[in-house]
Amino acid sequence: MGKELNLRLKVWRQDNADDLGRFEEYEAEGIDTDMSFLEMLDVVNEGLIEAGKEPIAFDSDCREGICGTCSMVIGGVPHGGQQGTTACQLHMRHFSDGATITIEPWRATAFPVHRDLVVDRTAFDRIQQAGGFISVRTGSVPDANATPVPKQEADLAMDAAQCIGCGACVAACKNASAMLFVAAKVSHLSLVPQGQPERERRALAMVKQMDAEGFGNCTVTGSCEAVCPKEISLDFIARMNREYGRALIKREASS
Amino acid sequence: MAQKWDKHRFDLKLVNPANKRKYEVIVVGSGLAGASAAASMAELGYNVKCFCYQDSPRRAHSIAAQGGINAAKNYQNDGDSVHRLFYDTVKGGDYRSREANVYRLAQVSVDIIDQCAAQGVPFAREYGGLLANRSFGGAQVSRTFYARGQTGQQLLLGAYSSLCRQIGLGKVQMFPRTEMLDVVLVDGHAKGIIVRDMVTGEISRHSAHTVVLATGGYGNAFYLSTNAMGCNVTATHRAYKRGAAFANPCYTQIHPTCIPVSGDHQSKLTLMSESLRNDGRVWVPKSQELAEKLRKGELKPGELAEGDRDYYLERKYPSFGNLVPRDVASRNAKEACDEGRGVVGSGLGVYLDFADSINRMGENVVRERYGNLFDMYEKITGSNAYQNPMTIYPAVHYTMGGLWVDYNLMSNVPGLFVIGEANFSDHGANRLGASALMQGLADGYFVLPYTIGQYLAEAGPDDRPSEESSDFDEVEESVKDRINKLLSIKGKRTPTSFHRELGQIIWDKCGMSRSEPGLKEALEKLPALREEFWQNLNVPGENGSLNQSLELAGRVADFLEFGELMCRDALQRAESCGGHFREEHQTEEGEAKRDDENFSFVGAWEYRGADSEPELHKEDLTYEEVKMTQRSYK
Repeated sequence: MGKELNLRLKVWRQDNADDLGRFEEYEAEGIDTDMSFLEMLDVVNEGLIEAGKEPIAFDSDCREGICGTCSMVIGGVPHGGQQGTTACQLHMRHFSDGATITIEPWRATAFPVHRDLVVDRTAFDRIQQAGGFISVRTGSVPDANATPVPKQEADLAMDAAQCIGCGACVAACKNASAMLFVAAKVSHLSLVPQGQPERERRALAMVKQMDAEGFGNCTVTGSCEAVCPKEISLDFIARMNREYGRALIKREASS
Repeated sequence: MAQKWDKHRFDLKLVNPANKRKYEVIVVGSGLAGASAAASMAELGYNVKCFCYQDSPRRAHSIAAQGGINAAKNYQNDGDSVHRLFYDTVKGGDYRSREANVYRLAQVSVDIIDQCAAQGVPFAREYGGLLANRSFGGAQVSRTFYARGQTGQQLLLGAYSSLCRQIGLGKVQMFPRTEMLDVVLVDGHAKGIIVRDMVTGEISRHSAHTVVLATGGYGNAFYLSTNAMGCNVTATHRAYKRGAAFANPCYTQIHPTCIPVSGDHQSKLTLMSESLRNDGRVWVPKSQELAEKLRKGELKPGELAEGDRDYYLERKYPSFGNLVPRDVASRNAKEACDEGRGVVGSGLGVYLDFADSINRMGENVVRERYGNLFDMYEKITGSNAYQNPMTIYPAVHYTMGGLWVDYNLMSNVPGLFVIGEANFSDHGANRLGASALMQGLADGYFVLPYTIGQYLAEAGPDDRPSEESSDFDEVEESVKDRINKLLSIKGKRTPTSFHRELGQIIWDKCGMSRSEPGLKEALEKLPALREEFWQNLNVPGENGSLNQSLELAGRVADFLEFGELMCRDALQRAESCGGHFREEHQTEEGEAKRDDENFSFVGAWEYRGADSEPELHKEDLTYEEVKMTQRSYK
């Protein structure tokens, strides 16, 4: 058992996408510092249900920082501001007794609110559907060791591929840009030899869909990198810009 | 045996390529098995509808698998082969799996790695650019492929990318945030499902030529497990209640290396990859007195002299040491803690110590191999495992039991296929590490897409009922009634409080060790708890909006029924095997003691109505290729 905290929560409540929404305040008492942030919300919710009220709706699933489901702005920062940490891995030992904590959903036009802290992130899926893949049919592939991948490039591809698609980058960005998310996927697939044949098509299609979903543009403030729970580097955005530029030139040349 | 799958594939009927587009296939679940199956069948030309409860198919819980995926590639030239992977898996499962299925699994394992590499999965590589391997529990060859400590994530994202491609092409229609609440049978064949839109509460019906369940395991029956919060038994339990036999529900895997429980608030348990046992040494103090001092913090683990430590796995199993299979490692941790030698505040924890490895290889090498796991450990516990040993304790992780399937992965209900963790077939009574990813992808990429053709070719393209039929009306009505009932009780207790109480009962009586009196006690307590649930449950809100309490209540209601089936099966199986340890049946050294004469069978339960006991059917297990022996890792 850790120490105990008493906290005041200011939580965004919104019944559905059409509701205007408002902040409501709750006391969170006797919170163990060994709890995760979401376990603290569980405790508050149990109390709300027992008091005949509706609990705060929030998304979470794996609760070990890998599925990317949890999504809330804590104290003004997506996932709460501990470096490389999702909300579900944020623990109460980082908060002080008596603190007031503001909790809000991701706020972006492309992520409409379903309810309270739960948002619709299917825009990310649609971007990936536009081109975030290597077109291989099941079965029609060579032996895995037939194509060596230099360790350095495999490692860099893995750095990009670690993205969990949570959307914190969008929530942190003043333009609600999805560049870091898209850059991570474009970079991952352009870094491995298997991704070369569709390299240009992929960059163009994913960027086009990103724009169509209503995400803003990138002004390189770096807030996305700062809040990314997987610490995806801003360098990948530069890499995607090069990929995109390269694809445009090749398209011009071939038309 | 080696030719069986080849011959079987030849004997399977084929669907004419031009006819494939006339078939509708429903896939429930989008994890490794579901996503790979949906994508592969869409590539073949079938029209697929795929459903998941998560907000995106990319978030299914396969994503949390850390350590790796096995394949009999023999890239290390260390004597691996299809036959050895097959043998290790059958032995690891304590001779309770179906031999032919396991052989096929080992055969297609090599294709999986090729497939994933072609999708761009960034596997770990050596400097020459070739694939790297690591060792895993229960094997003496190095056959595990990995992507740092996030292998499940990378494999799932690979399958998800193939799925995305097919969604983009219009061959797969995806339904995220949609929960399957029942399966619809028409003339005894599975022909559709009833689902709830988790945002609007709308109940809708979907008909198809066939239904595939890829809905994972039932570990959350225990409340605390390494499963994601949303993992549930509803799809398979509903199918069971519609006639599909449930096989070996008592087989659950307790993973030895999880972070110990820190308090009553605990909502889930976090696994530390088994791969850590490659370089970490498991120990407890030799005496209770020293353990007491460590628990109170009067002594630090590093201060304990070498002679005061008991590296019990290395002592008892010199040839496998810290790499014994999971069930053996878990039971030994429990035994050490039951003897009063546990080391965290609760007394339920043992050390996993990297000091020797850090001395031998340097901290950097350890960081490169396990950095993300050490970071995760520190986030949760606040303790730095480079400086202090980790504390670990076993936790519920995987369920080997599942719906019974034949060699084609079809249940006893025609048209209902079950793949991945949701079926029972490949892992027997204990699963080896890095084999779940292998099985999920084997079923989805390389088995189901062939075998489903047999059923579809026989059924024909016209065999898809109208969604307006009375069979759909009836099932939809029962789904709606149940939701209304859950909402109308308006009692005093939350769904979570019932779930927690259920979990405690099953963990105590049907967890790491089971006994006849304990199981009988559980079988008395569970119906009483279920009765209270239906009288004293409090679900706030309504159906017509996003209502997480209602979602949970429905899942807990199913777990309450299903928990009873687990205990019933554990009571029936009066032997110990793999993860199923009956206290009455152990060797003199305390190892699981099988009774091959009486229990060499798959126990498949058939639902007989709410007021009758389910009926046990037995599928005898016979082994042609391997000789059944007492498992030894000494």
